[in-house]
Amino acid sequence: MADNEMGAVTAPEPEEPASNPSYERVLLARHPKRPHALDYIERIFTGFEELHGDRNFGDDKAIVGGFALLDGQPVMVIGQQKGRDTKSKLYRNFGMPKPEGYRKALRLMQLASKFRRPIVTLIDTMGAYPGIDAEERGQAEAIALNLREMARLESPFITVVIGEGGSGGALALGVANRVFMLENAWYCVISPESCAAIIWRDAGKAPLAAAALHLTAQDLLGMKLIDDIIPEPPEGAQTDPDAAAKAVKETLLSALADLSRLSPEQLIEDRYQKFRNMGNFFDEAGA
Amino acid sequence: MNVGRDGIIGNRPFRGLPAYNGRKSRLLCDPLKANFIAAAATRFANQRLAFPGAWRPARSVAGAEEPRGTVVVAMSWFTRQKPPTEGGGDGEKSVRTEGLWQKCDGCGQIIWVKSLEDNQMVCPKCGYHFRIDARTRLRLLFDEGAYGEHDPYLSSADPLCWVDSKPYGQRLTEMRAATHLADAIVCATGELNGRRLYICALELKFIGGSMGAVVGEKITRAIEHCIAEKLPLVIVSASGGARMQEGAISLMQLAKISAALMRLDKARLPYISVLTDPTTGGVTASFAMLGDLNIAEPGALIGFAGPRVIEQTIRQKLPDGFQRSEFLLEHGFLDAVVPRPVLKSYLDRALTFFSGQRQ
Repeated sequence: MADNEMGAVTAPEPEEPASNPSYERVLLARHPKRPHALDYIERIFTGFEELHGDRNFGDDKAIVGGFALLDGQPVMVIGQQKGRDTKSKLYRNFGMPKPEGYRKALRLMQLASKFRRPIVTLIDTMGAYPGIDAEERGQAEAIALNLREMARLESPFITVVIGEGGSGGALALGVANRVFMLENAWYCVISPESCAAIIWRDAGKAPLAAAALHLTAQDLLGMKLIDDIIPEPPEGAQTDPDAAAKAVKETLLSALADLSRLSPEQLIEDRYQKFRNMGNFFDEAGA
Repeated sequence: MNVGRDGIIGNRPFRGLPAYNGRKSRLLCDPLKANFIAAAATRFANQRLAFPGAWRPARSVAGAEEPRGTVVVAMSWFTRQKPPTEGGGDGEKSVRTEGLWQKCDGCGQIIWVKSLEDNQMVCPKCGYHFRIDARTRLRLLFDEGAYGEHDPYLSSADPLCWVDSKPYGQRLTEMRAATHLADAIVCATGELNGRRLYICALELKFIGGSMGAVVGEKITRAIEHCIAEKLPLVIVSASGGARMQEGAISLMQLAKISAALMRLDKARLPYISVLTDPTTGGVTASFAMLGDLNIAEPGALIGFAGPRVIEQTIRQKLPDGFQRSEFLLEHGFLDAVVPRPVLKSYLDRALTFFSGQRQ
């Protein structure tokens, strides 16, 4: 984003710090063995039935969604899905959704809202797909519409960033009442690679960008942009997917118990106030 | 600068000059100097002057062969074929021509700046829309150019203590000095053809019109003001997207504004989004695409991913006109492409449809 006008002056060569915990987490979030959305869904929910298509253009494989039971309670679960080997990565378009994916997600969320069923979304994407076909079919419009319409949903809505939270493509599933991040997930306005490409004209400087962007779960919690961090097994979720899934499930259940006390109007108000209060600025003359 | 020996410019259009010998001239790349040279060249051309040949230093080497019929004048690139006429010549050289003429980026013609300004910075010859700043935009839309500004002092808190080629705090200070704005947006209420409304205009010159916490907050306040006062809203976008230097906080502004627009929508108040060159990234992927009407100026670059990012992804050149207003109109994402000179009357007619005749 903001790649047209900014960073026209290339920054000087920066020093590489000895250790970079932010970038280590970015690497963990992309670990080839890290559990993806469907891995969590099969461990957390029962009776998952996938629902396909946006009723308009097609079925985006980078977003999966359907109804399922969470401890016996019917919920709509939607997630961004990556592949693991070359074939499945291509099939899932590397977890980068196209407009029809976002429209499918919105359709499913509105379906859940109509019947007052809770919504759970699992975010894991580098970003929305930047390609000709995606632009032709209105990538920006699809994301924008999701952002506005999510604010109107009458269901309890919980989001967990399970891996990568890349910009608008991630947020398009994430205007929820409660937003959680796994310990080694990242969530930011731009990926460290794109950021480095803009500032230093070198995507290889991504580690530096990762540190500068403050994109880890700890950073976001500090800025009060998320509600809580879900702990992972010591070496990351890939070492023990079952334990990671169990932690996610516990968080979902307790948040859902909280939210189920609210009326639809209160849920909408709660969501509005949550995002309304995000942002730091000075508000006095001459600041 | 090295001009070829056959450099007679009598009947040549000036446009050919920079490409004379395929070398890049730093002088001609500077628009101010280029303007000056353009004016000078035109003047000399009218007097049917010729280049003497290669450029030479003021003090030429003694005994060097001179082309016939030329006289080397200190610091002069040109020599006269005819003697100077009475009353003309030297006095004229001191006339300032900088800023009087502008080369059109669309058709390449030299336009008199006054006629460009009279036409709202749209090229009178080819219709190319020059970018204009936020305050000019508001002056063009509000009656008599009069408006009351809201939240002019809201400014960024640099939440990440960001440093790239320079600290973000310093960049903000410089931008404030250069644009006389606290951040990349001007929000104002006033009247358009007698109808009271709220207009927000993004300022592209302020860090690429990027949206951080301040832009997010000011637009959200604007929307809330519109709901409280039952006013129509117009947002004129010109932005590279969300502001990288404020990280995830910038990202959340997309959600904040979009949620506020949901309330505006629920309150049945009209919102017209005007997209101008360029509107990309998180701005397109939030409020710019959420208007009751989404309209754009001709030829504006509009997209989610920037063209450079897409080219890197697909590794091929993008087709001509890709992500331009007309392309989006063709693909069904704009209600209309509206040229700047008729934008005000278009907004008036649209608002009449939404809210009825003004009182």
